Amino acid sequence: MELKRTPLYETHVRLGGRIVEFGGFEMPVQYPTGVIKEHMAVRETCGLFDVSHMGEVLMEGPDAVKNLNHLLTNDYTEMEDGQARYSPMCNEQGGTVDDLIVYRVKEEHYFIVVNASNREKDVAWIQAHVSGNVTMKDVSDSWGQIALQGPKAEEILLRLTAPENIPEKSYHALWRRDVGGICCIVSRTGYTGSDGFELYVPAEQTEALWNLLMEAGQIDGLIPCGLGARDTLRLEASMPLYGHELSDTISPLTAGLGYFVKMDKPDFIGKAALEAAGKPSQRRVGLKAVGRGIPREHQDVYADGKRIGQTTSGTHCPYIGYPAAMAILDREYAQVGTRVEVDVRGRRVEAEVVKMPFYKK
Amino acid sequence: MHFPEELKYTKTHEWVRFTDEGTAYIGITDYAQDQLGDLVFVNLPAEGDDLTAGESFADVESVKAVSDVNSPVTGTVKEVNEDLAEAPEKMNETPYEAWFVVAEGITDQVELMDAKAYEAFVESEG
Repeated sequence: MELKRTPLYETHVRLGGRIVEFGGFEMPVQYPTGVIKEHMAVRETCGLFDVSHMGEVLMEGPDAVKNLNHLLTNDYTEMEDGQARYSPMCNEQGGTVDDLIVYRVKEEHYFIVVNASNREKDVAWIQAHVSGNVTMKDVSDSWGQIALQGPKAEEILLRLTAPENIPEKSYHALWRRDVGGICCIVSRTGYTGSDGFELYVPAEQTEALWNLLMEAGQIDGLIPCGLGARDTLRLEASMPLYGHELSDTISPLTAGLGYFVKMDKPDFIGKAALEAAGKPSQRRVGLKAVGRGIPREHQDVYADGKRIGQTTSGTHCPYIGYPAAMAILDREYAQVGTRVEVDVRGRRVEAEVVKMPFYKK
Repeated sequence: MHFPEELKYTKTHEWVRFTDEGTAYIGITDYAQDQLGDLVFVNLPAEGDDLTAGESFADVESVKAVSDVNSPVTGTVKEVNEDLAEAPEKMNETPYEAWFVVAEGITDQVELMDAKAYEAFVESEG
């Protein structure tokens, strides 16, 4: 498969970004500053990410809400214009096709943001399951997306736009706002656990917006951040990543996302299977390594001399300062305080089940 | 990037410094630390462990990944740099001072390059 590039590819190369394949794109995993400094910038000042690889899909028509409520586990009935709502999207077996964010642009108009690696799968899935008076369109190639994340994000953005163009509440967005002369969607969302914004920008103006933001943030120490820091930040904030904490065979209930699964809705794809399965026998937990070593993804977890599950992600988390992992474990071992062992390449590393998220702002 | 003249280098990016006492200090190169990124953990062998030329004797972990460190020589571990476990960032900051182990009883070694040859090798890899 030919790898795609975002509108910022040349910028990443110019900034010394180390380019890797991710979700079918050539993306920077880190810049010369390194993952730790990039991670700390987002916790303490601010970092700038290219997330243009994410997919965007429009769903429009009188039956849009009805279809969203059928396709997704969350409830989209009551929403304000500009509001964003996260949801898993289940298959008939209760596994997860993807997790995504839906914005209500205005009545009958919705903007859906999906994972880069699942874009084609999602579009095909949605197309196969929509009905009634609704249209959908994959607009991913027309949009760039830049994430400005960190405690200084609002201050930096205010140098380029008026206060009324900045959403006050998180999970809210404002459409068609002027940021440094560029027309953007300004969304108070992110995948880092820190305050911040995601700016959706026409593809051809992405580079100009990136440069404006870098300049506006220079005085606060704004630095570009790659996918490496994006991953350590989301893990520290205990946010699921599709392909790790969620998959075609991992249900959102097992992943601990019950809050986003509205079982009292009349129906949605996967509801019958989730109901039939009852309380999941396994569930996602946070693990703090107490022994020497760093648990990584897909390592077996043991307790009482038997295998009780597997890690789904793990790394050294720079801000909290210890190695942390997420794992899917048998329910009886999911209580906070439980001691377990992770098989780290043949060596048992002791870990403790701790409350998630590891980091909360 | 810096490759001191007094060291020898492996194709798997370790450096080795042979001493007059017949021992050898072993670490990872500037190129290796740069490629690996911020190092946050090192798993070291114990004193007295056997080393086999070309085989893994330690591993280092960056935020993102785990990498094996191969021994340039066959011998035994005379001394372990325990300070490295406490301060793995030293491998990034001063890779040629951040030795992992001192080897003794050396009976074999992998093919080694001098600084010039290693620099050319790194360029051909990059």
